[in-house]
Amino acid sequence: MTSHDVNDRTTPIRTWFKPGYLALALGVVVVVLLPLLFTSRYTTNLLILGASWGIATLGLVVVLGYTGQISLAQAAFYGIGAYAVALGTTRWDVNWWLALILGLAGAAIAGAVLGTTTLKLGGHYLAMVTICFQIIYTLINTNWIAVTGGPDGISNIKRPPFVFPLNTAQRYAWFALATLCLVGGLVWWLRDTPLGRAMRAIRENELAAEALGVDTRRVKVIAFVLSAVIAAVGGAIYASGYLYISPDSFNFDHAVAFLAMVLVGGSESPLGAILGATLLTFLPEWLRDLKRIYLVIYGCAIILVIVFMPEGLWGYVRLAGRRFARKLALPSATRALQVGERGAAGEEILRVEQLAKHFGGLKAVDGVDFAVRRGEIHALIGPNGSGKTTIINLLSGLYVPTAGRITFLKRDIVGLRPSRIAHIGMARSFQNLRLFRELTVWENVLVGAQREESREAETQQHALAAIEFAGLSDKAQELCRNLPYGHQKLVELARALAGEPDLLLLDEPGAGLNQTEKHELVRLLKRLNEMGLTILIVEHDMSLVSSVASSATVLNFGKKIAEGTAAEVLRHPAVVEAYLGNREVALGV
Amino acid sequence: MPESLSINGQLLFAGLAIGSVYALVALGFVMIFRATNVVNFAQGEFSMLGAYFLFTLWHGLKLDYFAAIVVALVIMVGVGLLFEISIYYPLRNRTFLPVIIATIGASIMMQNGALAVFGPSPEKVRPVVETVEGTGGITLAGVFFDYQYVIILLVTVLLVGLQYLFFEYTILGKKMQATSQDKDMARLLGIPVAYMIALTFIYSSLLGGLSGMLVAPIFFVTHKMGATLGLKAFAATICGGFGDVRGAILGGLALGVIESFGGAYISVIYKDGFSFLVLILFLLLRPQGIFGEKVAEKA
Repeated sequence: MTSHDVNDRTTPIRTWFKPGYLALALGVVVVVLLPLLFTSRYTTNLLILGASWGIATLGLVVVLGYTGQISLAQAAFYGIGAYAVALGTTRWDVNWWLALILGLAGAAIAGAVLGTTTLKLGGHYLAMVTICFQIIYTLINTNWIAVTGGPDGISNIKRPPFVFPLNTAQRYAWFALATLCLVGGLVWWLRDTPLGRAMRAIRENELAAEALGVDTRRVKVIAFVLSAVIAAVGGAIYASGYLYISPDSFNFDHAVAFLAMVLVGGSESPLGAILGATLLTFLPEWLRDLKRIYLVIYGCAIILVIVFMPEGLWGYVRLAGRRFARKLALPSATRALQVGERGAAGEEILRVEQLAKHFGGLKAVDGVDFAVRRGEIHALIGPNGSGKTTIINLLSGLYVPTAGRITFLKRDIVGLRPSRIAHIGMARSFQNLRLFRELTVWENVLVGAQREESREAETQQHALAAIEFAGLSDKAQELCRNLPYGHQKLVELARALAGEPDLLLLDEPGAGLNQTEKHELVRLLKRLNEMGLTILIVEHDMSLVSSVASSATVLNFGKKIAEGTAAEVLRHPAVVEAYLGNREVALGV
Repeated sequence: MPESLSINGQLLFAGLAIGSVYALVALGFVMIFRATNVVNFAQGEFSMLGAYFLFTLWHGLKLDYFAAIVVALVIMVGVGLLFEISIYYPLRNRTFLPVIIATIGASIMMQNGALAVFGPSPEKVRPVVETVEGTGGITLAGVFFDYQYVIILLVTVLLVGLQYLFFEYTILGKKMQATSQDKDMARLLGIPVAYMIALTFIYSSLLGGLSGMLVAPIFFVTHKMGATLGLKAFAATICGGFGDVRGAILGGLALGVIESFGGAYISVIYKDGFSFLVLILFLLLRPQGIFGEKVAEKA
């Protein structure tokens, strides 16, 4: 093996064909050509309009396409950018670029406010809040005449000082299109960064993302801020392009138009967004006769796209491009999975005291004590409804206990967010699979591996090690939703292991597996245990439990009824009774 | 201060009347949400369409006012059914996001379709009780009770009462409730689920249409009237507690009153903003609404 090969392994893993590279080249050509081809004042203005709308739409790629949060307030942020430049260059008389920065800051603050209000909310509520935000913006924009100039708008807006004067529409069109390409490139680049991955993980399964260590609140606010700032850039480009603005250009209709653009084009792809924006900018102009009903067509397009092509136009382009894409195998890991030997074997790493969780009158967990020692596999068993999964949820921070203490690695973790607990060193799997279905196996495991402080190369090595350990190397580039159930379970395991935790919580890892797969699971668990990993396992298959677990705690109706070594507790009369019923009662003795 | 008392009484009454229109539209939201877990962002457009149908039949085709109302309601049945078939049905197995977006698309389509057909100029529809001098009403204790407002309040009370009886005492009502609580179980019990859901959409469309006809004489009929109504009704539903009938009614009335007083004492221009501010406050402080229960996602 040459040293060259070794170096290759540490470079980021990519497929050799990314539509993005092609697009970059195309983008440069388009930027140069378009303003030369369309020279009439009218079409040049349309180019500028299309570019500015395209930028605003790119903001939606971040918030809707990547993060999965609907926003119908994009026109408000677009307006904030436009008004900053308009007011800055006409009334306050500051440099255009300074005005732009002020506008971006204003949009960022507004975006953060909107993002923060969305933390407790999702779905319908979120759609509603963003609509409210947009409507309140429009009301202020129209009625606060002293500042915004009211319905009359603002005229005589100046153009930005630049390396060459942007005094003609053609020159400004170049500037606008170049900005569009730049923003598009940034959004495209964001997709595969740790932040972009975290965003897409939230879109696929917010709960799982949080449990794996993604600070979902922070990432969601960042997504809204980024989207707002991007929209404001678009607004600024628009204001200086048309030299005159009025509130009509920033109302709810435009927010809807931006949404239509991103959906028609394909919300997960920056190129799709630009495609959508271009199409919906020019289409009404081409269908001049239909101008009166072009919004009807918008509405219709939204419905048709949602029903018939959920991935938008770009989905088809990608489908066609797949023919040329060759998936590269992952390089082999340069380090083994490191999950043990971080402390003395036998020391207590988890202590649970008087833990209780009540749901209304139901006492799901009712004063349970137990401890897990480093290096052991501890089983948590009990009949259905005995509170096992509730305890896993309490330990990983998804539920806040009604009472009791949880000490993990000498820290009190009650009340910490799941992502914090994951960072301290606890990872988990879910009873019902919670994979990021539209992400590849590789990306799933990367999300599990990434930590805020670690570098990407390091994250990739952790992920590679976990994938190799689970034997998923040849499936790494597959989308999770395309895998069979058994493999999906393995991906969950690999994803949890990639964070190299001190304690692994497994919630029914054997459920739904056939005998061969269960043997493989037992083998993996034993190997992990030999490597020194501590595991807390909830499982119904007693043969699986007795073959891997060294100790066990038995629950029934939220209370502990037995504990000891696995072999002991399985013979314990109370345990037998809990599982099989009382023999005397059954026999009528 | 009898004068300020009567002014406040007047504001309260107007607020309650407008609020009960919000409540009617909100009821439509709640019905569809309970049956399908879908929030129909086009609910307000049903009101707009109802008002336009009435206007066309009565003013355009010179039908008798009450006959026009009946015919318009029959058309609304078709609208509700068409909506269910074209928007809800193809997306019934998808997540909420595509469905929300599709209903927003439908709302834009209906609004601008109305604009294209009827034009931008606002139209006027006569009130239910028409008197020679225009608006009829009676004055009690210094408060003028506009007949139209009284009728709106009465219709709301009547409909809520009928709806309660329907759901509690008829088999069809029970079947619809069963469908809304657990579609799979209802299907296993032999309830024609698709049919029940279609009925729900039809009922919502009727409620929306009727509310539109009732407010038509108070506001002008425009293609935008539904958007405002729909959004405020939606705000009312959230404040009341999503999916709760009592919440929708109380929320609607409360928003109407807040708007009425806010518009009089704080600012007329920002009148439309108050309900949205109240909504945002609610969402931040008590997202489950007045009657709603906290729901946690199961891990």
